[in-house]
Amino acid sequence: MSSSGRSNHKLWNQKLMLPYILRRILIMIPTLLGVSIIVFFMLHVTPGDPAELLLGERATDEALLQLREHLGLNEPLYIQYGMFLKRLLKGDLGETIWTRQKVWIEVKQRFPATIELSIAALIISCVFGIFFGIVSATKQYSILDYLSMIGALVGVSMPIFWLGLVLMLIFSLHLGWLPMSGRLSIGIELETITNIYSLDALLTGNWAAFKDAVWHLVLPAFTLSTIPMAIVARMTRSSMLEVLKQDYIKTARAKGLSRFAVTMKHAFRNALIPVVTTIGLQFGVLMGGAILTETIFAWPGVGKWMYDAVMQRDYMVIQGGTLFIAAMFVTINLVVDVLYAVINPRISVR
Amino acid sequence: MMKKSGICLIALIFLFTGAAFAGSPQKGGTLVFGRGGDSVGLDPAYETDGNSFMVCDNVYEALVAYADESTNLEPGLAESWKISDDGKKYTFHLRKGVKFHDGTPFNADAVVFSIGRMMKERNVKFLDPKMKIPPQERPPEYWVSMEMDDTIGSIEAVDEYTVVFNLKRVEAPFLANMGMDFADIISPTAFLENPKEFLRNPVGTGPFKFVKWVKDDRIILEKNKNYWDKSGGPYLDKVVFRCIPENSVRFLELKTGNIHICQFPNAADIPMAKKDPNLKLISQPGMNIGYLSFNHTKPLWEDVHLRRAIAYAIDRKAIVDNIYQGMGQVAKNPIPPTMWGYNDDIEDYPHDPELAKKELKKAGYPDGKGLPEITLWSMPVPRPYNPEGLKVGVAMISDLSKIGVKARIVSYDWGTYLKRQREQPEDMDLFQLGWTGDNGDPDNFLAVLFDGLASPSVRTQWKNEKYHDLMLKGKQTVDQAKRAQIYKQALKLIHDEVAVISVAHSTVIWPALNNVANFKLHPTASVRMKNVWLE
Repeated sequence: MSSSGRSNHKLWNQKLMLPYILRRILIMIPTLLGVSIIVFFMLHVTPGDPAELLLGERATDEALLQLREHLGLNEPLYIQYGMFLKRLLKGDLGETIWTRQKVWIEVKQRFPATIELSIAALIISCVFGIFFGIVSATKQYSILDYLSMIGALVGVSMPIFWLGLVLMLIFSLHLGWLPMSGRLSIGIELETITNIYSLDALLTGNWAAFKDAVWHLVLPAFTLSTIPMAIVARMTRSSMLEVLKQDYIKTARAKGLSRFAVTMKHAFRNALIPVVTTIGLQFGVLMGGAILTETIFAWPGVGKWMYDAVMQRDYMVIQGGTLFIAAMFVTINLVVDVLYAVINPRISVR
Repeated sequence: MMKKSGICLIALIFLFTGAAFAGSPQKGGTLVFGRGGDSVGLDPAYETDGNSFMVCDNVYEALVAYADESTNLEPGLAESWKISDDGKKYTFHLRKGVKFHDGTPFNADAVVFSIGRMMKERNVKFLDPKMKIPPQERPPEYWVSMEMDDTIGSIEAVDEYTVVFNLKRVEAPFLANMGMDFADIISPTAFLENPKEFLRNPVGTGPFKFVKWVKDDRIILEKNKNYWDKSGGPYLDKVVFRCIPENSVRFLELKTGNIHICQFPNAADIPMAKKDPNLKLISQPGMNIGYLSFNHTKPLWEDVHLRRAIAYAIDRKAIVDNIYQGMGQVAKNPIPPTMWGYNDDIEDYPHDPELAKKELKKAGYPDGKGLPEITLWSMPVPRPYNPEGLKVGVAMISDLSKIGVKARIVSYDWGTYLKRQREQPEDMDLFQLGWTGDNGDPDNFLAVLFDGLASPSVRTQWKNEKYHDLMLKGKQTVDQAKRAQIYKQALKLIHDEVAVISVAHSTVIWPALNNVANFKLHPTASVRMKNVWLE
């Protein structure tokens, strides 16, 4: 491709990019509406009743009646959904049943914890996943290849719960190197701005808190990273293997370029597209919160919160929470699609 | 030589003074309490769960207080009280010089406000004519389920430090009710500032002040330096309630010394805690009962012989040993042995399959012949009175099969279980459930659980005229000694009629670090940090 051709292509891409993004954002509306309808009706056909759970053994007919009335649970389903939708149009996700708090505020309090953990886990899984993937591909059928692919298999199949506890036993209880659970030690003061503790510590120049927050991240982030790490490693390996067989790689080698330069500059960049897709998808999944990791490590994120809400039948949390998570997921997908064009200009958006 | 003996002397002095100091309260320090879940809210009138109440217990106080390890009533924010001869008028004389954490004074209007806001019809009189109670955010659950609107007629502030409660009927447990969390006194000023946010910014008169709440992570309280009672604590500078959902992780955090007390450990971790020299176990028989009841609305269960057969058939000791793993005791009455009114003269039904078979024969089902397969409903979730409803159910079924009674387990998700159980459906024969006491009054067990004639909400729906009369008499008699006799009779009736099979009272055992001093578990499961210190 000539250089003028490439810049033309770029220009054309940029021109199309904005309408493309707008179109995608418009498509988000019916998608999210669909999600909300499915979640709402699925919730209400599953048995269980928040009023009954709130009152427990001591529920009397009168108390139940009054509470259901207050929560609007006596209304027909379509009216309940209508009310939800009406509030949603005003940008209000409603108020939780148990904690009597705006759902949006509850999300705001927990989502930064999930973001912090997800990003840390994603960084670990990308760095190690891509590294092992490349090593495997370039040394195909070597002992390194076998080792890293067995590692990937183990990573995917290891129960998070077990892994988390074992890591805690080794690194916290016996070696005492890392904190066991939570986000910050008792006694460490931190002024919160974004609620992403490590970031807040950096912003306020609080080094003690930064170190403490990062130490707290290590075990849960590593535990959470095992599955995406394995997936990324496998994806990198297969994608690299395919690219390495291409003619232009041979040409590049024949030109006398070093093996390293060929692998990294020519092969890897071209092999990156499916890897980025995988990473994007994994990131979306992580953003939904990791119930097990969050529960084991007492990490106050959205995963544990949503799980509790399901157990308590807090309809408002489940509806609002899923909608929020779905919106995040769709947005991340969009960002990934846009990223393709940036990584590989040959891909155009349509 | 001189030097050496001098050092020895100093060491000896240190040793003795040190020994003398151990046991006397030490000020300062932060205590971290590890628990399984976060609080829902911190407005005592509207909460229903233990994790919320345990924080409220340290921030607020009520007019009357429960003693350290029992539900005996002591003066709280009321120094004294007088009950009129007809038992319908309670006059509380309030403590003077008490201040809320926000600096506003505690007085009669604060009492009228705190309790009055739960009334459906606000029949209240303030001293300050400008005082008004905003509308309720939602129904106050405890108030409604304790039927307080049927009890309290009006509340009046007579003077700055005197409040009168006029009751609609004689209600002997009233005073005990006034010690419960829902009756805590809040700062009206703080509440009125932002009624919607009060549950997240609690202001009371208690030994600790609320500082900060990080959702699902921690709640931080600090010492109330102006606490009115100068005779004891608070000794700790700070108390942190940390939320660590996973039981085994919570216990590991205790072992590493990051938390001081571990609530609800796994039963399997108790022996480990016993062996650990750094840990101690704090235990208290819980004020609770786990029971197995009959569907009394079904004609099948009208026959006392059949009910008795089931009582003889079930090996409750094995259940307590194996499933409660020792954290409980076999029950012979449906109220805990520590409660007044407990009838120790009752002879428990022993585990005796032969006697069970005889009763079965008397009921017309020799060796279970002719008896259809029965259902045994079992809870899907651990409850404070029963760690594993399903396992208990399975054990019971196997016991029943030994006398020829065929039974199967039925279970639903917890909400559905509670809902369907209340409906007393045809497909329910036996059901497991239980109760944790609120105020230490036998009425709070016996009337609530077994007087089916009083209300359709009573879960057992056992309908017995004689029992109903006893319950009414119990409510309307003010003298406690007389009431105790009434409840002993009621317990005898329950036993003779086999209205219910009392299975077990669970014991609460929490491990703690050795340096936690003077922490006492309360039968109501409330967690009080006032007199606790760190050594």
